Amino acid sequence: MSLAAPRDAGERLGSVSSGNALELRGVTKLFGALAAIRDVTMTVRSGERRAVLGSNGAGKTTLFNCVTGDFLPTSGTIRLFGEDVTRFPAYERIRRGLRRTYQISLLFNGLTVTDNVYLACRGVSRDRFSLLRPRQGDVLVARADELIEAVHLTSARDTAVANLSYGQQRQLEIALALAGAPRLILFDEPAAGLSPTERAELVSILNGLPEHIGYIIIEHDMDVALRVAERVTMMHNGLVFKEGTPEEIENDAEVQELYLGGGHG
Amino acid sequence: MAVATERKTSSVGPLWLERVPGGWWALLFVLLTAPVWANDFFLFQVMGWTFILGIIALSLMFLAGLGGMVSLLQMSVAALAGYMVAIFGTSGVTEISMGLPWWVNIPVAIVIAAIFATLVGALAVRTEGIYTIMITLAIAAAFFYFTRQNYGIFNGYSGFNLVVPPELFGVDWRRPVPFYYLTLGCAAVCYAAVVYVSRAPFGLALQGVRDNPRRMAALGYNVTAHRIAAYSFAGVIAAIGGILLVWQNAQISPGTAGIPAVIDILVIAVVGGLARPIGPFIGALIYVLLRTFSPDFLLAFGLSGERFKLIIGLGFLAVVFFSPDGVLGLWERWKERRRQAKDPLTGAGG
Repeated sequence: MSLAAPRDAGERLGSVSSGNALELRGVTKLFGALAAIRDVTMTVRSGERRAVLGSNGAGKTTLFNCVTGDFLPTSGTIRLFGEDVTRFPAYERIRRGLRRTYQISLLFNGLTVTDNVYLACRGVSRDRFSLLRPRQGDVLVARADELIEAVHLTSARDTAVANLSYGQQRQLEIALALAGAPRLILFDEPAAGLSPTERAELVSILNGLPEHIGYIIIEHDMDVALRVAERVTMMHNGLVFKEGTPEEIENDAEVQELYLGGGHG
Repeated sequence: MAVATERKTSSVGPLWLERVPGGWWALLFVLLTAPVWANDFFLFQVMGWTFILGIIALSLMFLAGLGGMVSLLQMSVAALAGYMVAIFGTSGVTEISMGLPWWVNIPVAIVIAAIFATLVGALAVRTEGIYTIMITLAIAAAFFYFTRQNYGIFNGYSGFNLVVPPELFGVDWRRPVPFYYLTLGCAAVCYAAVVYVSRAPFGLALQGVRDNPRRMAALGYNVTAHRIAAYSFAGVIAAIGGILLVWQNAQISPGTAGIPAVIDILVIAVVGGLARPIGPFIGALIYVLLRTFSPDFLLAFGLSGERFKLIIGLGFLAVVFFSPDGVLGLWERWKERRRQAKDPLTGAGG
């Protein structure tokens, strides 16, 4: 079973490909007088695995919300695979290969696991408005089954989401993000609330992703973050204040002061 | 559930036929043989009206139950379709009615009603909850006053009379038995369409939009477009009900879509239950039975027959109070209790 899916005609490649998955230039998001993120500039290469770390309130999730289109930035530009998507609605960014998971599971509680994943597969394909039920051997139903297997939920596939355990819901979140042909996935604290065994499973799922799929992961658990990321961006008070390899970040005195000293609440 | 169930369908034979519970076959038998055991009044006035109101309330169930959008517009859409049949077809108001054949005026009526539903939907989907109710109520009220004051197209206060179904295959479709089968057939088709679509990608996505619109956008869905499309689909169903309604009454006037009628559709859908497509038909049957027989009941107690709304109102209060998910919810809970009362080992009743 492969996690790499063929690109469906419903998904569009960026009109220009620059080799960078994501480029943020001076992105600022104000909520009234409060700047949740300020002048954030960062570049993530295609296929790169990046961790974004920082204390609570550092602006990590706001950054994700700006990238996915949940929030429009107050200023700055966002380029996705070379295309300026700053003013694009969320669904247009998704159709260009962007995916995300949420810190608090956002699933369809009234539907089963299969229906959830099928919806995710259908969302980035054509015929989203189809009035015809999927036929036997439907490619997307088969793809949904593969994804359910990939996140180890096969035994629960006909279970209503409301009846899943917390850990299973987190796994389902990941399956939804893998639907279609993702090229850049934003994981928002995927390990939050998981047991050590479930964390190990998560790390194996993330490390098992095909090479062409890049991701940005927000994670409080340094152990998880540093084991799955190639580069790390540190944020503090809405600003990017350090960027480097996991080793550089781990050994950085300022980071140690901020994370381990009295620098944050 | 939906997709998973589909996958289990065998390619050898129509397995879905085997999955239809025995109770449904019994219901089908009773409905198909009704002309044998029921009189014309029951067929035309009670059952015919039940199916018509059930279809219109079904369109609300589709929006509210699957899409989470409570629209008070459905009766107005139905009435618009009824008006269009009168205007494009034949009626007693010859100076307005164009007299076009049925195969033109019926599709045109459905399309115009669906366009109206779509346009209002495009406005309404930008709001949520109570605001959707308010905006659709406001448009329904505007529609009522517009039809009452416009004489050039809608013939104002009097509306249109002598609007009857076309004589096809030599059958007068307004006679009780043919009309009964006509409404039964339309109700069955609309019911089947909603059941089918609810498990198709469009219906499934609509339930996703109901459960979590933000996540749906993050999966690549245009949530607004999906909601508007739901209004269009529901508009087609309401239009079918509206055309049958004008044929049954043989007339249409602003009162057909007056505020009380608009609210009745909501009451029918809520009393029946919004969770499943059968709910609106159960609600419609209860409403029609109360509406038809409560005046006799009230007169027996020396009260005015006009007070039937009091009984309907009390019934509505009781259902909302004891079972917010309607009669269907009561039924489901009763079934659940019976299931739990059985011995878990032997399955015998407790």
